[in-house]
Amino acid sequence: MVKPESWLKTTPGGLYCEPGDFYIDPTRAVERAVVTHGHADHARPGHAKVLATDATLAIMRSRYDDQSGITQQAIAYGEVVEIGGVKISLAPAGHVLGSAQVVVEYAGSRVVVSGDYKRRPDPTCVPFEPVSCDVFVTEATFALPVFRHPSDEQEIAKLLRSVALFPDRAHLVGAYALGKAQRLLRLIRLAGYDRPIWLHGALQNLTDLYAGFGIDFGDLRPATEATKVELAGQIVLAPPGALADRWSRRLPDPLTAMASGWMRVRARARQRGAELPLIISDHADWDELTRTIRDVGAPRLWVTHGREEALVHYATGLGIEAEALSLVGYEDEDS
Amino acid sequence: MKRFADLLDSLAYQPQRNAKLRLLADHFARVPDPERGYALAALTGGLDFALAKAGLIRGLVTERVDPVLFELSYDYVGDLAETASLIWPERTEAGNAAPTLRDVVETLNSTGKANLPGIVAGWLDALDADGRWALIKLMTGGLRIGVSARLAKTAVAQFGNVDIAEIEELWHALEPPYEDLFAWLSGSGPKPDPNLAAAFRPVMLAHPLDEQDLEKLSPSDFLAEWKWDGARVQIAADGGRVRLYTRSGDEVSGAFPEIVEGVDFQATLDGELLVMRDGLVAPFGDLQRRLNRKSVGPKLRADFPCAVRLYDILLDAGEDLRSLPFQARRDRLEAWVERISHPRLDLSPTVPFSSWDELACLRRDGAEPGVEGLMLKRADSAYMPGRPKGLWFKWKRDPALIDAVVMYAQRGHGKRSSFYSDYTFGVWRGDELVPVGKAYFGFTDAELRELDRWVRANTVNRFGPVREVEKSLVVEVAFEGLQRSTRHKSGLAMRFPRFSRIRWDKPVEEADVIENLEALLPR
Repeated sequence: MVKPESWLKTTPGGLYCEPGDFYIDPTRAVERAVVTHGHADHARPGHAKVLATDATLAIMRSRYDDQSGITQQAIAYGEVVEIGGVKISLAPAGHVLGSAQVVVEYAGSRVVVSGDYKRRPDPTCVPFEPVSCDVFVTEATFALPVFRHPSDEQEIAKLLRSVALFPDRAHLVGAYALGKAQRLLRLIRLAGYDRPIWLHGALQNLTDLYAGFGIDFGDLRPATEATKVELAGQIVLAPPGALADRWSRRLPDPLTAMASGWMRVRARARQRGAELPLIISDHADWDELTRTIRDVGAPRLWVTHGREEALVHYATGLGIEAEALSLVGYEDEDS
Repeated sequence: MKRFADLLDSLAYQPQRNAKLRLLADHFARVPDPERGYALAALTGGLDFALAKAGLIRGLVTERVDPVLFELSYDYVGDLAETASLIWPERTEAGNAAPTLRDVVETLNSTGKANLPGIVAGWLDALDADGRWALIKLMTGGLRIGVSARLAKTAVAQFGNVDIAEIEELWHALEPPYEDLFAWLSGSGPKPDPNLAAAFRPVMLAHPLDEQDLEKLSPSDFLAEWKWDGARVQIAADGGRVRLYTRSGDEVSGAFPEIVEGVDFQATLDGELLVMRDGLVAPFGDLQRRLNRKSVGPKLRADFPCAVRLYDILLDAGEDLRSLPFQARRDRLEAWVERISHPRLDLSPTVPFSSWDELACLRRDGAEPGVEGLMLKRADSAYMPGRPKGLWFKWKRDPALIDAVVMYAQRGHGKRSSFYSDYTFGVWRGDELVPVGKAYFGFTDAELRELDRWVRANTVNRFGPVREVEKSLVVEVAFEGLQRSTRHKSGLAMRFPRFSRIRWDKPVEEADVIENLEALLPR
């Protein structure tokens, strides 16, 4: 067996597959890119050729317009393509709509690059599928045993309880524009809340895109068109950057909530100025990460961005040959 | 415990002072005795569990959790209570019932060292993450949730619809769980007897002077005194009792026998604790050798003899002088010092002046050791507890400034965990940089983000939570004084160092040399 690191290499531009001459989630514009999902630090503009799921490609088009790749090739989960003797397929990652793990096979070994992922059910995307492999490449955003996300239902109940308790205050919920916002909308609906939900303009495009993929969000309205009186006791979703922005001054006595895995740590929640921290994350928590490592059964583990040290330590304890890849350019804000 | 945990949790997330007061007053109204009283004691620092220390929690956690993962988590979270409460493995099977706050306080006060770990582990198993956090915060002290003792007392006053000064006056005669206080405040009991013999009287504090305000103030309305670089204390002697208090009302009589010994007067006096030799004030570093000790040995006492320099008199032979104007109290104090002789007490002199310009010159040139600036007090000011506006001002000397090079950065704790916010800086000795101090404030939040980004991008070495950085950033550091120190490689120690400016523009070669610092040492 040819060692995987001889054909899949860490470079300043990201993970590079030499025989296939392609990058996975390159951090700068390249000739050929395979993209795991639509978040801006993984899907960047300006590549010549892009291979991804149709949803990820649609997200890139909506964000980058004519910069979203000269040639776009969509493949379905499970479909295999071959480039330069390298077999590539995509498996669901459960992170956001269209998110995929990249499964690459070459010279008798299989590497799974999982991108970002989570294991708990998400009503807006296909659940993660473990793929057995020789090398598993994992993120480590929440790779410390202090991160154990509570159930989504519990956190949504916290929000709805606060809405009932403060009927005069607009509940301004900060949520990342791709994935988190749409998942929250679905979760709030699933909890039985059927009043209108108001959106910051920056969330509109991607929410429409999700709706185009058949996801029903109920009664959504643009927050900019509402009067102050109308927004009292209402739920308003906005990107995290807008929480402390002048934009929020239009709201009646806003109560700031923030939906993110970082809300687990009080100091982090306070840094973000959240009065109502909602621990809802699109990334695997410690238990999900460690369970996944056991599920895929890979003898080798490469850890990308996040708290690599702890996960490497844990995996080493299981007898797995684990190391941290020094990939730069992936962010862990607002996860 | 649940209600206490909820209270701490909501206080921790609430940035507005008034909303915090509402949360507290609401808690005192809803929660019965003794739970509310113990909550108040926790918030005012009135609980101290000698055996329940951070080390106990660490020990319990590392018995159940991989120590490497615990250390990495602690380093990341930056707060022991939070790390331990989150990392504690939840027991899935139904266990023992969660303790009440009363259970916790009374058990901690009555349990010996041997049994404590087992009991605390049982509590941690029975509580959820927020409950564990509150328990550990309570046990190890220092809640750090943005509520001062003063704010908690203000909420008590609001709850009972009385003046905060009444609470402060009574405070030192009260004990947790304060059932007599709550009975009085809710109208079901008499006002507790304050038993004021040698009691602490809340001190009056000054505001920093904004020099632009001088134009609006008339020099003839004010008296000036030197501001001594020591520790504010209160001496209370009455009915055979003598007590020395810190400005927050902690009793420290045992640590300063030379002050308390030989007191045969009946008075309450306000002054500055200093190390004094032959009538001259020693550097603050000398006083530091005596602070934060419960008692003192003969050698330390002889090497660092303490004294109190008096600047106010609150009570004289049972007569309460606090409502008198400052000028009248000052006259009484001067007469008192004439009359009473005590070897370790003397009078802090007034500084005569006729114009602000003249005073500014005295502030700049006043060469007496131990002076860190001036105090301005309105001649007509009554002695009011707290920090009333417009009456007393402190006008410190301008700090010394040096240009230093950032050498190491460490992640902060609490609100600044995950940010590299503690910086070790150095100056040149020949062509080598030597560390001369450490600063962790003086920058804005925006600058902190910029510094943090700079540290991450310029790391050359890591030692646990500390990063060594590229020696390429100059900062202007302000500080209040310099002393010799054997603790630091440079042989120097700074007082109150903080960033005054970040010199992104300045080449490191132009940073200061150690000789410039040595020139600032006291002779």
